[in-house]
Amino acid sequence: MAIDTKKCVGCSDCVVACQTENNVPHGYCRDWIVENVSGTYPVVEMEFRSERCNHCDNAPCVRCCPTGASHIAEGGIVLVTHDECIGCGACIESCPYDARYPHPDGYVDKCTFCIHRVEKGQNPACVDVCPTHCLHFGDLEDPNSDVSLAMKDRKWRVLAPEAGTKPQLYFLM
Amino acid sequence: MKTRRQFIKISAAGAGAAALGLHTLNVKGLSLFDSNEQEPVSDENMKATPTYCEVCFWKCAGWSYVDKKKNLRKIIGNKEDPHCQGRLCPRGTGGVGMYNDEDRLRTPLIREIDKNGYQYFRKASWEEALNLVASKMEKLRKDYGPESLALFSHGTGGKLMTHLAKAYGTPNITAPSFAQCRGPREVGFTATYGEGVLSPERTDIRDTKCLVLIGSHIGENMHNGQIQEMSQVLDNGATIITVDPRFSTAASHSKYWLPIKPATDLALLLAWINVIIEEKLYDEPYLKKYAFGFDELKAHVKDKTPEWAYGITTIEPEVIRRTAREMAAAAPSVIVHPGRHVTWYGDDTQRSRAIAILNALLGSWGRRGGFYNPEKVHLPNYPYPPYPKPKRSWRDAFPKDKYKLVTEVLSSGICYASIPNPDMDYRMHGWIVYGTNLMASLPEQQKTLEAIHNLDFLVVIDTMPMDITGYADVVLPECTYLERYDPIRTSPHREPYIALRMPAAKPKYDTKPGWWIAKQLAHKLGLDDYFKWDNIEEMLDWQLKKVGSSLEEMKRIGVKKFPREYKDLYNLQGLPDYEFNTNTGKIELYSTELAAEGFEPLPDYTHHPEPPEGYYRLNYGRAPMHTFSRTVNNHNLWDLKKENNVWVNPKVADLWELKNGQEVWLKNQDGIISSFPVKVRVTERIRWDSVYMVHGFGQTDTKLTRAFGHGASDSELVSKIYEDPVMGGTGMRSNFVTFLKENPRKNREEVKA
Repeated sequence: MAIDTKKCVGCSDCVVACQTENNVPHGYCRDWIVENVSGTYPVVEMEFRSERCNHCDNAPCVRCCPTGASHIAEGGIVLVTHDECIGCGACIESCPYDARYPHPDGYVDKCTFCIHRVEKGQNPACVDVCPTHCLHFGDLEDPNSDVSLAMKDRKWRVLAPEAGTKPQLYFLM
Repeated sequence: MKTRRQFIKISAAGAGAAALGLHTLNVKGLSLFDSNEQEPVSDENMKATPTYCEVCFWKCAGWSYVDKKKNLRKIIGNKEDPHCQGRLCPRGTGGVGMYNDEDRLRTPLIREIDKNGYQYFRKASWEEALNLVASKMEKLRKDYGPESLALFSHGTGGKLMTHLAKAYGTPNITAPSFAQCRGPREVGFTATYGEGVLSPERTDIRDTKCLVLIGSHIGENMHNGQIQEMSQVLDNGATIITVDPRFSTAASHSKYWLPIKPATDLALLLAWINVIIEEKLYDEPYLKKYAFGFDELKAHVKDKTPEWAYGITTIEPEVIRRTAREMAAAAPSVIVHPGRHVTWYGDDTQRSRAIAILNALLGSWGRRGGFYNPEKVHLPNYPYPPYPKPKRSWRDAFPKDKYKLVTEVLSSGICYASIPNPDMDYRMHGWIVYGTNLMASLPEQQKTLEAIHNLDFLVVIDTMPMDITGYADVVLPECTYLERYDPIRTSPHREPYIALRMPAAKPKYDTKPGWWIAKQLAHKLGLDDYFKWDNIEEMLDWQLKKVGSSLEEMKRIGVKKFPREYKDLYNLQGLPDYEFNTNTGKIELYSTELAAEGFEPLPDYTHHPEPPEGYYRLNYGRAPMHTFSRTVNNHNLWDLKKENNVWVNPKVADLWELKNGQEVWLKNQDGIISSFPVKVRVTERIRWDSVYMVHGFGQTDTKLTRAFGHGASDSELVSKIYEDPVMGGTGMRSNFVTFLKENPRKNREEVKA
């Protein structure tokens, strides 16, 4: 997924859309907005980022899961099998992005890239709702996918590259 | 390597297995849902019914999704709708929270007084409550005439209340959206072009090359279509110029941010006009053909140089010149945006005029990438007899020459006209308030309260308990937009569209739709002739059939596009002959209408009051996840923003020794202290001479279990207004606040305890 920080207005629509799509309980979220302000008035810069699980290629949450509930599914989405999860929280501690939370029903929950939608060829709910079209999703191997086209000719960065997790959220700058 | 296409075929290990584990897991914790279905439900397994959103005035069309257990799961935008292009904003997406809000008004309520003088609400049946309202209306009609009733109505459901009020015989129907919001721009643009900007705004942002925002914080106000188009033109390389004392979201996306000194925008506009004229950057053929008063304008701005403006606005002359040239280079595909909430300083019509004039010089009105010529579908009214002719109107409560150019009823005017005045024999004696929390939407709370205390009766129709419901004699609980039919949405756009709202669920509790309330009252008042249909579906179907659709069709498609009647979306492209609806038939750079009424025919800068020492100008605005004061208790949206902050520049914070997150009370120039403390946000995004708060917080009704007491209300601190002499708008941005670091009410509370 690529997030265009030049267009995001930080409205949090992605957060509500995720909540209603995935029945995320009130008070919790699978995605969130970060506002970064730098500079001194009147030379100020600001960046909004819509953040969520980075679906890392080298995912510490999967490595540290004692039951195998956390796993990388075919295609690269990091998932939690709820009935295998004992809610120990090791994955929450290991995640450098703070992307996981303990669901009140006893398991650890996180972004699934709306796998139930993606399976049918739809985009994740956050991508389809964004009024600024700042979220792009798809196959990085396919040069014509939405995400590849969005990243073409643009500078990008990932979050906490030093953690070595090979994150798969790309922030366009 | 990852290939996103592959994961389409995820099998047992993923979602499927998770679904199996569901039933055992649900018992573990507190389930926050009526259904035990924690997992997402795919769209095919739900029923989608068309609606259009009522969380704000943009009214985006969408689909409400209900699962097999009749739970309302989500609302998704309708792809055919030009208001939203299939993408609702956070408030629209979070509309489910309005339906699910357990703090909703549940039954009709009637005010009672016990023998000790204690006042309370008693639950009542609809029959009793409506009988009481009807009898009060009858008595009012007999005692003072029907013109002593006022209806405040904001929102679609109020349309039939408006119809009822007209049938009853009162012309006093108002919404705070005029005198407290967009009125000055409508009057200013009408004085210039003979027509207003309308809603949704006729700004052709989609095709613009340069967008100029003056205090307009698109992105924080989620006017959906505008955000989407602004985002689109960012991709196309359009230039955005933002003028704002605060580093707004829009400013952060702009090529130029002009951190103007508050209250000086008109000086900047005049300097821009000066540069455009002096450097001959204007659209000469366009002006020759369409404009009136160019020479007068030229003489008027001769000395309004960027250097002159620098001393007022603090914007450097070179920046003023450069941005003016950017606009001219993009012309006519340039929009100097008229804004929406523009009642700031009392000379707002004149500022709007300056914006209209600047657009005219650039030739953007009627041009692609400037302002388009909108069209809407005209739905015929279901037949009814002519309305009775009112003998008086709210204007008769004022001296004769006041409010002469006012084109809509002023909410503030109704409020003043309800306060007894020994010089006037006419005033308002009863209010019906539909869907607007007047305590937050009107400035000068002390006057609103004085008006309310002098009313014979006050009826409030709403979905939620609000500050205003606490003052009602009768409260009528309406069901939410997701549980009702409403009149068809027809609004001006590039192409005419209509949209249907139909219920996705049965009304919760003992709530009723607005149309039903209006029809019942009409019956009790003997006004059945005005509501000849049995239920609203019959009326909607009749109307739709008149324009070649039907209720059955609209239930299927939700939104219907109609062809334009006139092929003139950009009606001044190619300079055709055109007569404007002004006195001269031209674009009036020099306004003959204003001149005739004794107002300045050309806008001029006036100096506005500045904060006394130790005080800061109170600026206020929107957060993208909330609408007015109406959504702060919505659980989905409350999750996103629970309280507002008072934004303070770090230099000011140092001076006052304020820390981020510290609670302070705000006191304004009239000694009014915020009811609740508000947390300080120390940020470089704001100037040192002003503070900023998001509007709508600091709710005082304890029945709002989430929103009560969270943050502070900007409205209660706006006790001073500067009335726009042209159109009666209430300029609200010359209020100044200071910080109280200790609880000013501590002593009183100790006594109470």
